[in-house]
Amino acid sequence: MATADASRLEGLRNRGAALGGFNSVISLLLVAAAAALLVGSLRSSTFAQLTVEGLALGAVYGSLALALVLVYRASHIVNFAQGELAMATTYVAYQLIQWGLSYWEAFFATLGIAFVLGTVLEVVLIRPVLHRSAIAAVIVTVGLFILIDGVVTWIWGGDFKFMPPPFGTTIYHVGSVSIARLYLGILVVVLISVLLVWALFRFTKLGLGMRAAALRPAEAELVGIRVDRMLAIGWGLAAVLGAVAGLMAEPSQLLLEPTLMQPILVYAFAAAVLGGLESPAGAVVGGLVLGVSLTLIVQYVPAVTSELQLPFAFAVLLAVLLIKPSGLFGRRTVRRV
Amino acid sequence: MRHLPALGSLVAVAAVLAALPFLLSAYHVALAAQVGIFFIAVLGLNILTGYTGQISIGHGAFMAIGGYTTAVLSRDHHTNLVLTMVAAFAICFVFGVLVGLPALRLSGVYLALATFALAISVPQLPLKWSNFLGGRDGVQTATTPSHLWLYGAAWTASAILFVLAWLILRGRVGRAFRAVRDSEIAAVASGVELPLYKTLAFGISAAYAGVAGSLFVLATNGFAAPDEFAVVLSLELLIGAAVAGLGSLWGILVGAAFVALLPTVSSSVPVIGSAHGQDVVFGAAVVLVMLLIPDGFAGLLAQVRRFARA
Repeated sequence: MATADASRLEGLRNRGAALGGFNSVISLLLVAAAAALLVGSLRSSTFAQLTVEGLALGAVYGSLALALVLVYRASHIVNFAQGELAMATTYVAYQLIQWGLSYWEAFFATLGIAFVLGTVLEVVLIRPVLHRSAIAAVIVTVGLFILIDGVVTWIWGGDFKFMPPPFGTTIYHVGSVSIARLYLGILVVVLISVLLVWALFRFTKLGLGMRAAALRPAEAELVGIRVDRMLAIGWGLAAVLGAVAGLMAEPSQLLLEPTLMQPILVYAFAAAVLGGLESPAGAVVGGLVLGVSLTLIVQYVPAVTSELQLPFAFAVLLAVLLIKPSGLFGRRTVRRV
Repeated sequence: MRHLPALGSLVAVAAVLAALPFLLSAYHVALAAQVGIFFIAVLGLNILTGYTGQISIGHGAFMAIGGYTTAVLSRDHHTNLVLTMVAAFAICFVFGVLVGLPALRLSGVYLALATFALAISVPQLPLKWSNFLGGRDGVQTATTPSHLWLYGAAWTASAILFVLAWLILRGRVGRAFRAVRDSEIAAVASGVELPLYKTLAFGISAAYAGVAGSLFVLATNGFAAPDEFAVVLSLELLIGAAVAGLGSLWGILVGAAFVALLPTVSSSVPVIGSAHGQDVVFGAAVVLVMLLIPDGFAGLLAQVRRFARA
């Protein structure tokens, strides 16, 4: 009995720590890292350019990581099809532009389509298996990975497609540092989307309902929240964030192909784990940290060439899992037996 | 006496397999060999995922290691191909244990993610060490076996490894595996050494994947290249294990046939029967099978049996 009480107490304490915000040591480390980046950027223009580029790429990883976290919080599975879904919605935007819409008209139309797609996927394919077997639900997302890949290649072919540059090709010069408007644009778009999603969860009744449904499904049901509907909306929002990631990944890679999101999915996994799989803020910060450090390491550490970028992300993922399985911002789960 | 029905079906399967090369065209024999290759890999994954409860989405990586072992040994030392398969078994066992060690601290979703990252990373390594591992162009074995040789080798290896798996799973080790799957805490409390059995399960199942990878390379004219071991291969293995379900020879056969044959068969389906259409059919089939029988073919079989008895 005593151990049960103790573990419950510890659980409460951990939850309090998680609610109270960031662990002080980790926030200190992050501030130190940011300071180091700033100093480095002031001393070297290449370093500054790479930092901005890394932040933009990291924002894309973070956005997809956030999508994974939303799905994980809603359904407690990892959606392996999240990246392919993002890639597919990017192709939808490409098609809309081909049909004569401007880039930004297509952008917002695509977000709407992505929301519907995510919701429908949850209702039709995930929900029926989720309660019978979690493994089966994961396999369904794996099947979706292959299915979406096939459908996109079938419709649009495997060759490269090109979309108009959303932010033009302007390059700003600050002192000796030249920064492409593209990277700033990516950063701004992703951060706005993330902030909007955060505000939705924090300030609206719908957001409150979704949080309740994710944390305590049974109790939420009792106070009149339609848990099923909330989960479906969660998947829809995840698909929207994924679409943002895909649409912003396309200009950063300068082309569109069916494998666009596959490496990014791995980085997003690493980012989500780095942040703690349950923490939305952690996913975004994890994405930024990973984007910047990968870009800088490939440039400055000769042993890590660009072929080793993926294995390196894997090493980060593994190291985090081994040293601190709950990630930077995750809370330790206490299990009662 | 209790093993009699199982033994009967085993003999039946063996008889059909022995007869197949005399009945089928060379092309279909090659397909049947492909089923054998996936049979080995799915069987191995089943030991880890099904019996020990540790998910892996990275077994394509072990197949890659096994495949490259065969290709490099044959290229540099003209080693007998059967011996390279034994080497692949041993090397992948070691790699499996090495991966299994960090995996001790992971479970569920986290293990899935870590092994998935493994599946993505390993095929990148030949690009880095291109002198030894051939880079994007791959490695070519010194000799290439015939279809018949391959068919015989694949199913002989399947038979040996199936018996080995049966021997492992029926005894003390198998009981420990199942105990770990059902409840780690209860297993530890009953004296099962968790680290030993988890890494052992990883090693064994990786070794199986290694042999499958070795045969897989021989089946593509003895050519090992990074693209053959793309992530999709790992996903296919997991799908095979899920379609197979647990604890049934028939299940594993069906699971292996599902992943080995469906892409080929579906490319001849009208309407979408193009090169790209096969992914559509395969993906849709996976989703549909999981929706209809979440416990896999073995689960379906058990249900049918219960129904027949009632």
